[in-house]
Amino acid sequence: MMKRLLALFLALMLAGPLAAPVMAQNGPLRLTITDGVIEPLPFALPVFQAETAGSEQMAAQISQVVADDLVNTALFRQIPASAFISQHSSFAQSVSYADWRAINAQALITGAVSVSGNQVVVKFRLYDVFSGTEMGDGLQFVGSVDGWRRMAHKVADTVYTRVTGEGAYFDSRVVFVSESGPKGDRQKRLAIMDYDGANIQYLTDSAALVLAPRFSPTGDRVLYTSFESGFPRINVLDVANVGRQQITTAPGEMSFSPRFSRDGRQVIYSLSNGGNTDIWRTDLATGQNTRLTSAPSIETAPSFSPDGSQIVFESDRSGSPQLYIMSADGGEARRISFGDGRYGTPVWSPRGDLIAFTKQNAGRFHIGVVRTDGSEERLLTSSFLDEGPTWAPNGRVIMFFRETQGASGAPSLYSVDISGRNLRQVATPSFASDPSWGPLQR
Amino acid sequence: MRTLMKAALLLVALSTAACTNPNRFGGGNTVDLNANGADGAMGGVNDPTSPAYFSQTVGDRVLFAVDQSTLTPEAMVTLNGQAQWLLTNSDYLAVIEGHADEQGTREYNLALGARRANAVREYLISQGVPASRIRTVSYGKERPIAVCSDESCYTQNRRAVTVISIGSLS
Repeated sequence: MMKRLLALFLALMLAGPLAAPVMAQNGPLRLTITDGVIEPLPFALPVFQAETAGSEQMAAQISQVVADDLVNTALFRQIPASAFISQHSSFAQSVSYADWRAINAQALITGAVSVSGNQVVVKFRLYDVFSGTEMGDGLQFVGSVDGWRRMAHKVADTVYTRVTGEGAYFDSRVVFVSESGPKGDRQKRLAIMDYDGANIQYLTDSAALVLAPRFSPTGDRVLYTSFESGFPRINVLDVANVGRQQITTAPGEMSFSPRFSRDGRQVIYSLSNGGNTDIWRTDLATGQNTRLTSAPSIETAPSFSPDGSQIVFESDRSGSPQLYIMSADGGEARRISFGDGRYGTPVWSPRGDLIAFTKQNAGRFHIGVVRTDGSEERLLTSSFLDEGPTWAPNGRVIMFFRETQGASGAPSLYSVDISGRNLRQVATPSFASDPSWGPLQR
Repeated sequence: MRTLMKAALLLVALSTAACTNPNRFGGGNTVDLNANGADGAMGGVNDPTSPAYFSQTVGDRVLFAVDQSTLTPEAMVTLNGQAQWLLTNSDYLAVIEGHADEQGTREYNLALGARRANAVREYLISQGVPASRIRTVSYGKERPIAVCSDESCYTQNRRAVTVISIGSLS
């Protein structure tokens, strides 16, 4: 565990251009590991300058969301404005590095916001304080007033990417199941929100039970399982106009557990017939269905590899649910889970390197990750019931749901990074389960 | 507050029983909206052709061991009764609902519920009930009838329930 954290730390250091000059120039190293915890990188973010009359509130809101995005990763720490020596009041003003070094700000983020009519313009710059240089070019984002949060996420994504070398993920959305009512008669409906819980919008009513929505690779459509007909069937929903239709699956009693292929043209899913559940693939354009497994055991929860060549799935062919990988056309499968307990809901990372899963062992549930060859299994969480991992677009953070125990038990969304650090609840207005993290928005 | 509510519910139940009591001794022409509570009324639990009789006297559900879809000897006794009832009351169709307890993932439990429902369907067919009168569905862990998080509840939730209705299977 320690070794892995160290590796992550080194990767961050090497990838982060900010970190190298710090080490070379100045005494204390800012990114340090203490008892297996990475010391967050301190940054200063003076409230963005309001460039037009009346844009002060917008500037303050955007500054807050940028700071929240960074702080919530636990890789960054915000220096309170009360500690500032320099009051950076103008975006054009040159930076007095000494003042920021004095308060140990390794990164400085400055910005300006102007609002005219329905249009918002956000400009920002990122500085490496200890090397006394600007990091990358200043950038400008233009959008509508009601899209202001997206612009803030874009600023934070740029900072995050430049400092860590990792892909962006703040400007993304999550589709999930919003739940209400007692445990024995839970009402469920589909909802969509920003990754941080803002801008929630409901996509279905709760007239019929709905389960496990899954985003398409471009985020324009959502697959889900609905009991609208009285029997589980796979529907596809157009996010923009909330239009819904049933997809053409092979004939069977139930179809469920769908996921898109990387190109969004195919869907892999589970089909139950005569009590036996196998994995099938349908071509959305032609409606042609191909059977990928045919065993008397349960085969379910399939997920494509990012290159589309392989499928990881769950099967109890060995006597208990375990994870297997097969070709995208079916055929021979190799088992990749070998630890104690039962494994389910495997999801291939968008980076291709890891598979996240749900594990049940000795009365506890865990979210874990494992390499695609089955090596280096690591459990990231543990509780009465943790289930259903989904990957952030950069493959560095996982969201899942955690259900509490007992008669009043209910689910909430959580996120955790792939080192197992920074477990945090994602705020939702009511109970929430089955998250699916969408792509980075454009 | 909760106690008050319980007390209120109890009162309602008692008064309902009082109202329906006369039916026990004859009549039987009254259409009873409270079929489950009205002993002896047409459609009541003592009317062997009633859904209430099916669910309470014959028994509408069978239980399963952890992760299992094998029918126990006790389950077979119940299903023999169900098959007999369905053969006698041939207007009725059956949907077998398979369920699982909350230990397990959503997807796996849907598949497990399908197995359980199918085990019941196969058995009823083996006892002579026409296959065309039986459909299956799985709710996985979505519809627990007992909501605590220990074995006393789990054992009730690992079930297959035969839901009967007059009409056609869609």
